[in-house]
Amino acid sequence: MNHRGARSGYLFVLPAAAVLAFVTIYPLCHVFWLSLHRRLLIFDIHRFVALDNYRFLLTDDRFLRSLWNTVYFTATSVTLELAIGLGLALLLNRTFRYRGAVRAAILIPWAIPTVVSARMWEWMYNTDFGILNHLLGVKVNWLGSPFWAMNAAVFMDVWKTTPFVALLLTAGLQVIPRELYQAASIDGAGPWLVFRRITLPLLRPMILVVLLFRTIDAFRVFDAVYVLTGGGPANTTETLSVYAYKVLFQTLQFGYGSTISIVVFACVAAISVFYVRLFRRS
Amino acid sequence: MVTGSQKGIRSVLFWAGLAAAVAYCLGPFVWQFITSLKPAAELTMLPPVLPTRPVLENYQSVFAARPFLRIILNSLVVASGTTFFSLAIGSLAAFALARLPLRGRHIFLAFVLSVSMFPPIATVSPLYIVIRFLGLRDTLTALVITYTTFSLPLTIWILTNFFREVPREIYLAALLDGCTPFQIFYKIFLPLAAPGLSATAILVFIFSWNEFLFALTFTSTAASRTIPVAIALFPGVHEVPWGEIAAASVVVTVPVVVLVFVFQRRIVEGLTMGAMKG
Repeated sequence: MNHRGARSGYLFVLPAAAVLAFVTIYPLCHVFWLSLHRRLLIFDIHRFVALDNYRFLLTDDRFLRSLWNTVYFTATSVTLELAIGLGLALLLNRTFRYRGAVRAAILIPWAIPTVVSARMWEWMYNTDFGILNHLLGVKVNWLGSPFWAMNAAVFMDVWKTTPFVALLLTAGLQVIPRELYQAASIDGAGPWLVFRRITLPLLRPMILVVLLFRTIDAFRVFDAVYVLTGGGPANTTETLSVYAYKVLFQTLQFGYGSTISIVVFACVAAISVFYVRLFRRS
Repeated sequence: MVTGSQKGIRSVLFWAGLAAAVAYCLGPFVWQFITSLKPAAELTMLPPVLPTRPVLENYQSVFAARPFLRIILNSLVVASGTTFFSLAIGSLAAFALARLPLRGRHIFLAFVLSVSMFPPIATVSPLYIVIRFLGLRDTLTALVITYTTFSLPLTIWILTNFFREVPREIYLAALLDGCTPFQIFYKIFLPLAAPGLSATAILVFIFSWNEFLFALTFTSTAASRTIPVAIALFPGVHEVPWGEIAAASVVVTVPVVVLVFVFQRRIVEGLTMGAMKG
């Protein structure tokens, strides 16, 4: 009986395993293979060049620049999201009327297609007719200046993904036992002390989960930047995924483009290993 | 001790914070809605913030001049197809992982989790070559296949957690009654995990409704274009048609907004289930 259960078990998992392998393991091997080639789709050039593409990475200023952009984007957006998300979570972690409606309203930015939100923000960032400059009473060229363009992309991403952070942190807050807070208030601890000594340490596992998901997501950012700025002005907002995409599908260099993709993959893998280690330690 | 007036101040601060949060989250969408009602001449004027005379011309031209209905239909087909296949394949695997005696289940779950962290850009070039080779370029099938795989990890992860909550005794009792594993799955576990199924379905639907990178790469004509691609590539003859873009954005966002308001509890459940127990 048990034996039959096991056999159908493998049978049930098989379709999922097959599909996952087809779209992940196989492409990963293929993309690595491609990265060892000079392959231009239009000219039918296909030549093995071993590690030449990887060597070229180190001298490619545009690649180094996009690597830095990606790191900057990830660090700033994840930090802001965590800070604002934590504030929101503390607000939401109460019982009040219309809680469901407020939670739904906060979920909207998360649910809107990234492309749509990029175009919404593009319009709000408009120098002459944008609502942002109108409300702030300034005339900033948000998407045209190298300094602001990158931060404009960060602001948009923060708006879009803070809800996700806030909801997960709220869920984390709700499993903290109420007795701890009652005990602390009997002992006369102030709100700041309670936050530092009870809330933050007990929320730590959930904060790590959120950081893991958000760091990985931010590091592979594509839609937000590609639609909002296209990587411009003068490639100052180009992230790794955007650069890889352009090399792959605009110049059709499948070899070198795959090499950049491998770099993205390696970085994301390193980030997840780093976080998993942190989990194990706590 | 907290006095009455302190309590009052706190509650005012609380509601003010909440109002600020809601305004921050909804503001951009509200502005897009206002923009969509402005006549062309008022788009390049600020103030007035509100249109002096709200018009529907932007909506009319979105639907009149472009294959917009077709594109919405494409997105609907792709998102529903993906949801169906992802749930069919994923729930079967999740049931086996949760209840059947499998060796290596932890390794498989770890593999599933690592797939969910895969950067799409790392697989898009080989998949493009395969799709081209199979003659599936510019078809909705290509998108459904790709999306199904990329949403499988989330599906398996959430549903395994839901199936684990169904008591083992139910499984054993059904086994003693002579049910086959598939019957147990189909007749008992699937109905019991209905809340989990709907939570997963909504998340997968929203994911496929919003996906951009693969849709941009695999499609080339309006016949198979989905909403995000159409909005990103919105053509302008001379200048960017902001009014029409705003109208189109509102049209495609409204279904998502409705989904969120109706199913917010399920969505939150699914999101936290998907993130926890790692």
